[in-house]
Amino acid sequence: MREVDKRTTVRRRVFLRGAATAPAAAAAVAAGMTIAPNAAWAADLKAVKPNTMTVLARAARDIYPHDQLADRYYIAAVLPYDDQAAKDAALKSLLEEGAAQLDAEAKKRFGRDYIRVGSEEQRVQVLQAVEKSAFFQKLRGDLVVSLYNQKEVWPKLGYEGSSYEHGGYIRRGFDDIDWLPEA
Amino acid sequence: MTTFDLNDDSVVVIIGSGAGGGTLGNELAQRGAKVVVLEAGGRHEIADFVNDEWASFTQLAWSDTRTTGGSWRVAKDFPNLPAWIVKAVGGSTTHWAGASLRFAEHEFRTRTHYGAIEGANLADWPITLAELEPYYARAEDKMGVTGTNGIPRLPGNNNYKVLAAGAKKLGYKEFHTGNMAINSEPRADRASCHQLGFCFQGCKMGAKWSTLYTEIPAGEETGRLEVRPNSMAIRIEHDAAGRATGVVYADAEGRQQRQRARVVSVAGNSIESPRLLLNSASAKFPDGMANSSGQVGRNYMRHTTGSVYAVFDRPVHMYRGTTMAGIIRDESRHDPKRGFAGGYELETLSLGVPFMAAFLEPGAWGRGFTSAMDAYDRMAGLWIVGEDLPQERNRITLDSKVKDRNGMPVASVHFDDHRNDLAMRDHAYQQGRALYEAVGATRTFETTPYPSTHNLGTNRMSANARDGVVDKWGKAHDLPNLYVSDGSQFTSGAACNPTLTIVALAIRQAEHIAGRMARGEV
Ligand SMILES: Cc1cc2nc3c(=O)[nH]c(=O)nc-3n(C[C@H](O)[C@H](O)[C@H](O)COP(=O)(O)OP(=O)(O)OC[C@H]3O[C@@H](n4cnc5c(N)ncnc54)[C@H](O)[C@@H]3O)c2cc1C
Ligand code: SF4
Repeated sequence: MREVDKRTTVRRRVFLRGAATAPAAAAAVAAGMTIAPNAAWAADLKAVKPNTMTVLARAARDIYPHDQLADRYYIAAVLPYDDQAAKDAALKSLLEEGAAQLDAEAKKRFGRDYIRVGSEEQRVQVLQAVEKSAFFQKLRGDLVVSLYNQKEVWPKLGYEGSSYEHGGYIRRGFDDIDWLPEA
Repeated sequence: MTTFDLNDDSVVVIIGSGAGGGTLGNELAQRGAKVVVLEAGGRHEIADFVNDEWASFTQLAWSDTRTTGGSWRVAKDFPNLPAWIVKAVGGSTTHWAGASLRFAEHEFRTRTHYGAIEGANLADWPITLAELEPYYARAEDKMGVTGTNGIPRLPGNNNYKVLAAGAKKLGYKEFHTGNMAINSEPRADRASCHQLGFCFQGCKMGAKWSTLYTEIPAGEETGRLEVRPNSMAIRIEHDAAGRATGVVYADAEGRQQRQRARVVSVAGNSIESPRLLLNSASAKFPDGMANSSGQVGRNYMRHTTGSVYAVFDRPVHMYRGTTMAGIIRDESRHDPKRGFAGGYELETLSLGVPFMAAFLEPGAWGRGFTSAMDAYDRMAGLWIVGEDLPQERNRITLDSKVKDRNGMPVASVHFDDHRNDLAMRDHAYQQGRALYEAVGATRTFETTPYPSTHNLGTNRMSANARDGVVDKWGKAHDLPNLYVSDGSQFTSGAACNPTLTIVALAIRQAEHIAGRMARGEV
């Protein structure tokens, strides 16, 4: 069977688009960006506080954890919020208050800010505590598109995307399954 | 291209350019009638289609607000997206998968065969399979349906091969790559399928039948058919005698226009068609046009659906090739011993990563969900298409609070599953899981129904004017020159994807309307 190459294609900078349903300005995300307290990529935003943005990225990873995806895909998924929040005060406060609530819950349970809680299991407990909130619902709902609609994510899940320009699959393995019992 | 004057009252005005409206328009134009098709959406040709699920959805799908009510899960997960259908020239035949099945005889006569079922509003159609058979044959020829007219079936893709292997293990007998309105070889000046795997996004090969590039240009070539895109019908008007006289619509700039008409046909699909009739209430028709029976908007059906996705230890790549690549028909019989009336089909289905993320388990998060997505390339999938029972309370109404940009109340869609629907879905889920487990699935998912792609029954046909909205020709019982030409005519839904029947009815209706026009009856 023809397999999909899931290795990272090495490029210095990848440009990822935000949610298709809310086409934001293309966010430039560099290959080496990681999610950490005081990350440089979150230092200089228009509307959203640096700490809020890093919490959003951490929460994004904890909501849809894929170990084969580098942090930058999660950063790309939440970074468009900065542009949107610059134009939408209600969204801005939803995000700021939501992130503050995650920190408060984390402090209450584990004595430290959300992003500094080391165990994923414990951070998931914090998320479960706020699961019903408008903040969580908004973040989770947006991530379905802003994470899974990144074309760079598709091959890592074994999906090949647009096929027309390659002549479809008629000669590229539409029927190449080789392990089934005879039908 | 031909254009008709707004005051030309010799034209047939058809609202909607999809399976029903597009076909009726062409068939009438071929018979010499003058036709204006009003289409709410824009015109996007094959070259404009994109192999990208969300981008295509944004381009073609109906995303104007609708509201929901009832106990169905769609109302919770997608409260403003009760249906996944299209707003564009060609209607939902741009998005559809192409499965083209004939109703069985008993499916036209459910009241007779199923008896009275509590909570269901069962009725027999005023037509029989025998009456429709010649039109089914013409529809299959027109659409180039595989497995008919000597057209070879499509080759099976990986997703089909998994389904077929499982079907065999379960002892099913009738399974194959379907009756598809997709060219398996070049036909009717259209290319053959290259297994792109984006049938739901508009077929970029033009291999799949759509009114956009078959019926509509054929009608336009006669010089007697004009399609007006970006034209949203708001109200149908009538005279003192109760004859439909024209249609008021909003044009691309939002200006209201009035197209006069000799005959009006409503073909906006089963949510918009009753919405338009209800919004056309007047002193003469206080409960909405054609609604003396009170049945306009009622008996909304959406098929008993659901999906089963299964994960294997080895790759499948189900997304390669035709989306609906094969079918199992053994469960489509009526056999109450299974605990429900009516039957269902199992058809392969595949979604790309973007839609899988949205629909596999709406609302889910965490490693339970992401481990499933990680297995995307080892998944196979099927879709259940079962007969759901008409219920009077499942209905389309005008939302009293929400209006669209033209000031027209939006459609509110209320749906509760009937006990029969739930029993059937459970049975189908179990069979689907058993089938995949028989060929080595390590994990299976019962995926909840997507927003409705099949929408039926809201202007039902009836022999008697008191029981339904239209007669056996799709003509309104209450008006001499108003027709319904889409799936909202269906008296029952059958265990069949509906489009072949919509097209067959439209061909038959065109013959009838042309005959009446020739005889001077309208
Ligand atoms: C993803 C998907 C897959 C499907 N697969 C299959 C399949 O395999 N087999 C099958 O049989 N069926 C399938 N269907 C269903 C099929 O597409 C529909 O049954 C069929 O197209 C319905 O025909 P219609 O004429 O009733 O409505 P449509 O084809 O939906 O056309 C209605 C048109 O009317 C327009 N309209 C509505 N209101 C107004 C107004 N007020 N003014 C002007 N225009 C208006 C709409 O914009 C639309 O273009 C599928 C549907 C979808 C979405
Ligand atoms: S798989 Fe075939 S029918 Fe589907 S989009 Fe591709 S060419 Fe068209």
